Amino acid sequence: MGLTLSWLSVIILIPLAGLFLKSLELSPEQFWNILSSRRTLNALRVSFGLAFAAACVNLVMGSIIVWALVRYRFPGRKLFDAIVDVPFALPTAVAGVALTSLFAEKGWLGAPLAALGIKVAFTPLGIFVAMIFIGIPFVVRTVQPVLQDLEIELEEASGSLGASRWQTITRVILPSLAPALLTGLALAFARAVGEYGSVIFIAGNLPNVSEIAPLLIVIRLSEFRYADATAIAVIMLVVSFVIIFAVNRLQRWAQNRVPVH
Amino acid sequence: MTIEVRNLVKKFGSFAALDGVDLKVNDGELLALLGPSGSGKTTLLRIIAGLDWPDSGEVAFNGEDALTQGARERHVGFVFQHYALFRHMTVFENVAFGLRVQPRSIRKDEATIRARVKELLDLVQLDWLADRYPSQLSGGQRQRIALARALAIEPRILLLDEPFGALDAKVRKELRKWLRSLHHEINVTSIFVTHDQEEALEVANRVVVMDKGKIEQIGSPDDVYETPATAFVHSFIGESIELPVQVADGVVRLGDRPLRLAVDGLAPGASRLFVRRHDMLVGPPGSGAFEGAVQHVRNFGPVQRAEVALSGGQTIEIDAPRGRELRAGDTVGLEPRRYRIFAG
Repeated sequence: MGLTLSWLSVIILIPLAGLFLKSLELSPEQFWNILSSRRTLNALRVSFGLAFAAACVNLVMGSIIVWALVRYRFPGRKLFDAIVDVPFALPTAVAGVALTSLFAEKGWLGAPLAALGIKVAFTPLGIFVAMIFIGIPFVVRTVQPVLQDLEIELEEASGSLGASRWQTITRVILPSLAPALLTGLALAFARAVGEYGSVIFIAGNLPNVSEIAPLLIVIRLSEFRYADATAIAVIMLVVSFVIIFAVNRLQRWAQNRVPVH
Repeated sequence: MTIEVRNLVKKFGSFAALDGVDLKVNDGELLALLGPSGSGKTTLLRIIAGLDWPDSGEVAFNGEDALTQGARERHVGFVFQHYALFRHMTVFENVAFGLRVQPRSIRKDEATIRARVKELLDLVQLDWLADRYPSQLSGGQRQRIALARALAIEPRILLLDEPFGALDAKVRKELRKWLRSLHHEINVTSIFVTHDQEEALEVANRVVVMDKGKIEQIGSPDDVYETPATAFVHSFIGESIELPVQVADGVVRLGDRPLRLAVDGLAPGASRLFVRRHDMLVGPPGSGAFEGAVQHVRNFGPVQRAEVALSGGQTIEIDAPRGRELRAGDTVGLEPRRYRIFAG
């Protein structure tokens, strides 16, 4: 107990406290000015907004991937199962370079998309794509074991009681998976908010348009405006914390409806 | 509702789970499918429910082809061995599920649904658990809720797959009696699968004994116990003494020893003699068809179970009534009061 708490303190709490202390060097007014500057607000909006959108896409697509991996037997299933982990394992810079070259105007996917008038690389859309890429394994890996444990009998029971396939999915399967889905969503979101490496390559990093908050922090640091950097960091921390806390509550609510036994 | 199954075949790879099964279930009957694991009884039940599909053969409800319908259309109540209750719903919502998923055109209003669920929970005597979640119930309670849930849709047929298989012995016995009286009350055509012969004999009107994808015998509990149709049924139901014998020239022989037993209508050749343990009567040496030495005696309430080494070398277990006490070392004559001989 004591050991785990000290460890947790050294690893997580002390650095966080340091962050807060550093931001105290600013007067409340300065703090407020930094936060309410257009560039900061836009960076936060890009980071949180796109991260949430990407997490939602991952929730839907991840669920579909999990369903296919768990419920169907097809050639190459094991390979696909392994591929899901690639975004986990790949150095983020490598992912960024790969995605950028793929979606650049002359890239394999970028060229046909450009012909349709859709520009991905060096736009907010690029950030979105990168965030989806790095977040997908979080949803798949949290939901997969839960779906594996979900008995087919539940679906059979639902069907023999007269439920349509759609009713079985919405009334039986999804509610049973809800806690896992929410956890996956929270993890994918948290990862996307904090993602730096893969995003900055593809983002274009135009202030106010495609500049993410972590990048703005780095820029401020390189300008030796440490207090500015920590102020942005603190607000990211607080917002992330609030969101994770909210998801946690939601998750607990969902879990209470499915008591563990 | 009558159920008719004709020449049903179902293979899993090269394994024939059902190998040409014919069965007629009468209206309002409580039928047991009894057999060891792998005998095909659950497969048969699942095909009747529409949860599995046969490779060939027919299933008809009231003379109407049922195989054109999926599980959803068949209107069959199915109770699973491991309950399959919806964990995220209360007991009440579990029972109400079948009523809530009905198409809008025939769905009942909330008050009617509530009244119906209440009625069903009363029927299974668990109305006080309505607000609990399945994980808060005991196994026996869960299975009764699963039954109430299946009955909510007013099924034409009720199918139960090893309904008491996951419960401990005492609860199982209580639920058996309860199921029989419940069936008496609701009188819906019911089939239950079990590997427990006592359960089948105690609960069912008729018993279907299956082995290796085939039906060995269909009959009343008395029939299958008293007049087993095959060697398998005799050895599977009740405790039997089984001895390898030879039938030749109108004489039954155990090893070299001729037995004074009737051989009417028996084909000559290697055969098996079956006797119930309690049908072996004990007499003084030389008095019966067999002779042997008592090895070991244990008392079970009203009977004494004795291990007897026959003069031919085989050891058998018999159940003799108390009164004339047997002792290890006694030499006794044994006469089968009733017996059956099956070829092969």
